[in-house]
Amino acid sequence: MLRIVFATVAALAIAAPAYAAEGGPELPKLKWSFNGAFGTFDRGEVQRGFQVYKEVCAACHSMHYVSYRNLADIGFTEAEVKAIAAANEVTAGPNDDGEMFQRPALPSDRFKSPYANSKAAAAANNGKAPPDLSLMAKARNGGADYIHALLTGYEKAPADVQVPEGGNYNKYFPGHIIAMPQPIASEGQVSYEDGTKPTVDQMSRDVSAFLMWAAEPKLEARHAMGLKVIIFLVIMSFLFYGVKRRVWADLH
Amino acid sequence: MSGIHSKFNKGIIGWIDYRLPIFTILDDMVGTGYPTPRNLNYWWNFGSLAGLCLVIQIVTGIVLAMHYTPHVDLAFASVEHIMRDVNYGWLLRYVHANGASMFFVVVYIHIFRGLYFGSYKSPREVLWFLGIIIFLLMMATAFMGYVLPWGQMSFWGATVITNLFSAIPVVGDYIVTLLWGGFSVDNPTLNRFFSLHYLLPFAIAAVVVLHILALHQHGSNNPLGIDANGPQDKIPFHPYYTVKDLFGIAVFLIFFSALVFYAPNMLGEVDNYIEANPLVTPAHIVPEWYFLPFYAILRSIPDKLFGVLAMFGSILLLFVLPWLDTSRVRSARFRPVFKVFFYVFIADCVLLLVCGGKPPEGIWLILGRIGTAYYFIHFLILLPVIGFWERPLPLPKSISEPVLGGGKPAAAVAAPAKE
Repeated sequence: MLRIVFATVAALAIAAPAYAAEGGPELPKLKWSFNGAFGTFDRGEVQRGFQVYKEVCAACHSMHYVSYRNLADIGFTEAEVKAIAAANEVTAGPNDDGEMFQRPALPSDRFKSPYANSKAAAAANNGKAPPDLSLMAKARNGGADYIHALLTGYEKAPADVQVPEGGNYNKYFPGHIIAMPQPIASEGQVSYEDGTKPTVDQMSRDVSAFLMWAAEPKLEARHAMGLKVIIFLVIMSFLFYGVKRRVWADLH
Repeated sequence: MSGIHSKFNKGIIGWIDYRLPIFTILDDMVGTGYPTPRNLNYWWNFGSLAGLCLVIQIVTGIVLAMHYTPHVDLAFASVEHIMRDVNYGWLLRYVHANGASMFFVVVYIHIFRGLYFGSYKSPREVLWFLGIIIFLLMMATAFMGYVLPWGQMSFWGATVITNLFSAIPVVGDYIVTLLWGGFSVDNPTLNRFFSLHYLLPFAIAAVVVLHILALHQHGSNNPLGIDANGPQDKIPFHPYYTVKDLFGIAVFLIFFSALVFYAPNMLGEVDNYIEANPLVTPAHIVPEWYFLPFYAILRSIPDKLFGVLAMFGSILLLFVLPWLDTSRVRSARFRPVFKVFFYVFIADCVLLLVCGGKPPEGIWLILGRIGTAYYFIHFLILLPVIGFWERPLPLPKSISEPVLGGGKPAAAVAAPAKE
């Protein structure tokens, strides 16, 4: 009956990616610092990715599940977080007079959205609102690999593909016609302070890592706890097995 | 059974047990007072593992409910709040979500254990029925739980599955309206699903008590499938099986933890990290993996009503299994022909699982149909015929004979451990 277990595992292995990769070219698999059992976020990479988000993506895409205070998790100091937040004006209120008012954002505020609401976002973007990016790295098959591939996958459409007005050809987008124009188009679009060369590939990589952090901010805590828990359970299994052998010894 | 003659007659425990025999009852349930066949193998661990899964789901679920908001505008955000802001909220949610998958893995193994060793046969039919009822309740609970995060797959899965009931003649549409609390899957649906998702696990727990009660009436089946001849065939549940179950639990939790800590989203659908949007339909609407075989059966039949009937029939069929299997011999160990078809049946279930996850077109539709046909052929034709024609191998005379090799005097060896 061990065969049942193997068969089930095999079936899951087949069925799990069965939903994934419905057509389209295979995504290039990158080496990410957060992959694997000991994976952590590369602070420099994620901070650079935040800069790319702030200077490029944030023009159209909201991230309304992430707060400025969360940036402390990727190595920004308290003062830096306050400054990053305060650079944005947000609507607050109502005050004691019943009026809404503008104030600089606080670390406790969510990332400021570029549009007042999804209707406004759609109206400004040919009728389709740019999706929120908070969970993007978990909301697409391939995760960070997919985002990186998409950002670097813009190319000239093959001769037999008719690209409609307002559409762009992307090798990795399902159906290939994507409304978003190539966001990261030229080297040096963002100037990094840490001396990293801002190639298109580098910026795409960095922002993908940032979005992975945004989607799964507790990944490091999870990996660290998992290791301890599993070591504990392995020891416990051996102990229980020893006890079991002893208890059963008088039967054999 | 009464506290008066119980072994719990000293001190505070004795005082309580004299008035309320909870210690005696527990001891008879899972203690020294429950004689168990001495030859149970590790496939018998999955019953206690299923119980553990239920407890894990209830405990994590109660805490999650303290932070979750069952409203269409807030549900998705409240789940993200749990993932980001609640202390160890990510752990609770990943344990609960993957706990459902592990629960089904364990219960499927438990069911196949029963199928292989003939645990559904006389006199354990009602025990088997109660197990099927638990399984059905689990499916309802898991389905409604999957709706609660209010992601795209939550919403569209709920729409597809609830719409199935509209296939029922005459009253179908009324049932669907009742399930929805309106005319589409919306806030009333989410509210009632939350309420029922909280309620049903306690109904499961109640049926589990009955399941254990029915189990104790005739005791556990065993790998040989023969009845115990006397005390030499039995050992007390505690300490022998308590310690064996504890070992099983520790090993099980290693697999569970690997999933929770290192691949928590592997069995989930990426679309469920997109908030539900009634205006955008996902490219492929698929249920959770543990429903895929039944989903494959549903989709392999072109007619909606018959598809629904086949899907529910595939489970309800298990209620008549004790009479469809005409063999008197329980364990597949002594049934050479049945054993082969048992493995073919498992392969068929795996095939259906894979087909359920693929779009129902081309080769997958054909394979799904073959798999569906074979599923019913196995139960309705093969089992009755095999039981009739098969020549079983000779059964051992007693449980202790093959276990002890007939060497040592049985009574001396089987002396129950005293505290």
